[in-house]
Amino acid sequence: MNNSDLAQILIRAVEEADSSDRLLDAVQELAAAGIEESVPTLIAALGYNNPGAAVAAVDGLIAIGEAAVPSLLELIDDYNYSARAWAIRALAGIGDVRALDTLLEAAKTDFSLSVRRAAARGLGTLRLHQLPAEKVESVQTQVLEALLLISQDPEWIVRYAAVTSLETLAIAIAVTLPDQASRITNQLQQLLDNDADVGVRTRVEFAQQKIQQQQHQEMFAPKRKLQETEVEVPHRGGGRR
Amino acid sequence: MNSSPQKFEDLSPTGNSGDGESLTVEQAIANLESADLGLRFYAAWWLGRFRICEAAAVTGLIKALEDEADRTPEGGYPLRRNAARALGKLGDRQAVSPLIACLDCSDFYVREAAAQSLEMLGDPVCIPALIKLLQVGLQGEELISQPDLSQPYEAILEALGALRATECVPLVKPFLEHPIELVQYAAARAMYQLTQETVYGERLVKALAGEKLQLRRAVLADLGAIGYLPAADAIAETLAENSLKLISLKGLLEHQVNHTATNTLSDGAIKVINLMDSLL
Repeated sequence: MNNSDLAQILIRAVEEADSSDRLLDAVQELAAAGIEESVPTLIAALGYNNPGAAVAAVDGLIAIGEAAVPSLLELIDDYNYSARAWAIRALAGIGDVRALDTLLEAAKTDFSLSVRRAAARGLGTLRLHQLPAEKVESVQTQVLEALLLISQDPEWIVRYAAVTSLETLAIAIAVTLPDQASRITNQLQQLLDNDADVGVRTRVEFAQQKIQQQQHQEMFAPKRKLQETEVEVPHRGGGRR
Repeated sequence: MNSSPQKFEDLSPTGNSGDGESLTVEQAIANLESADLGLRFYAAWWLGRFRICEAAAVTGLIKALEDEADRTPEGGYPLRRNAARALGKLGDRQAVSPLIACLDCSDFYVREAAAQSLEMLGDPVCIPALIKLLQVGLQGEELISQPDLSQPYEAILEALGALRATECVPLVKPFLEHPIELVQYAAARAMYQLTQETVYGERLVKALAGEKLQLRRAVLADLGAIGYLPAADAIAETLAENSLKLISLKGLLEHQVNHTATNTLSDGAIKVINLMDSLL
């Protein structure tokens, strides 16, 4: 049996599932097969109001990866916010930069907090190194502006998600845009001092630790490189024996 | 009948409230005595939803707890229910005695709202009245033989747990065997709060693997409320919406932060953060 036949059988099982348990099993099997043809069916499964099936479908879409991105962007459901949140989660998990505009828009303007949350997270997981080098800085600036805004969202979980992405971005721009880094550290400190929510403040503390650890490593990194070189020379010289 | 308050709860304060009208504080307080019963009902909900803690609002709502005008065909008191719910959110302890009086109301939903609001107000003076209501379902220290559904046991048990009413452990314990699962969970939650024994936390963890989504959602809320750290992985893995798992895990995280003396993040807190990140 080739992949296409297998996909047809597994897709039919999803379509014919007549209980939430059967649906869950069928979507799990389809997702595990990781066949590109199943993408539309997996996306449809995000809208069945079955959280278990949706988790499986998201995992399946992430495993398929970049090939699922065009369909995800095209089939995103404007009328079902829970399906939309799962689709954004899948895009965030894949991290393909083609999702940038969708994530920016969703994080800033979607009325559903679960969509804004997933999109805010996705802005931190995008693989920006896929971009041509000359574009990285402008996209990072765009993401930074968006995250500074989203970290003031009225919902705690959206601010929490924005903090996770500010953490990632702070570490990334320490190299590319070091003069912008203070904007992130200032915003994190603002949140730590003023946020009404203990969960958000605790996540900020954790982010600050991570960023500091990274800076610490970078400070000592040149030294380590030097040491490695020093070690390497005598080693190479070992050939003189 | 009147519109369901839950329908409105989902809307953010900045959102367009659809058919709900926008009120000023003065109007809402005045509307509690409007000739239009629908306006009274809505005003009581509105004052709670937007947490209008002004003295006039509290006085008006307390008065509404004795309303006789607004009745359902079954004899329920819709305005009293909404007033009781609102008073829990306003945090004014003047409401404690009037809410205790509501525990004797003939309307089940008024008693339930009063128990929930007394839990929120956190004044232990209501404990004896709650125990009296709990005892309706008991014969000594056992459940009465016919399963009793006449009292809002879920709300009563949760309140006794939250109020740390340790003296009533023997009265709470029998409800672990109540035929209604939600009541069992409320009892397990309360027993954990009253004894800190892990067996009750584990009972809730086990319930996360249950069949019904509705029940798993309730258990997520219970575990978040008691901040039971050993449940963290099970919470992250149960089949339910990520939003509810995140709220539950946030309860665990807050518990970790509030119960750790040091300034650094505990291992438990970091574990919960990593799980939360994975669910965003």
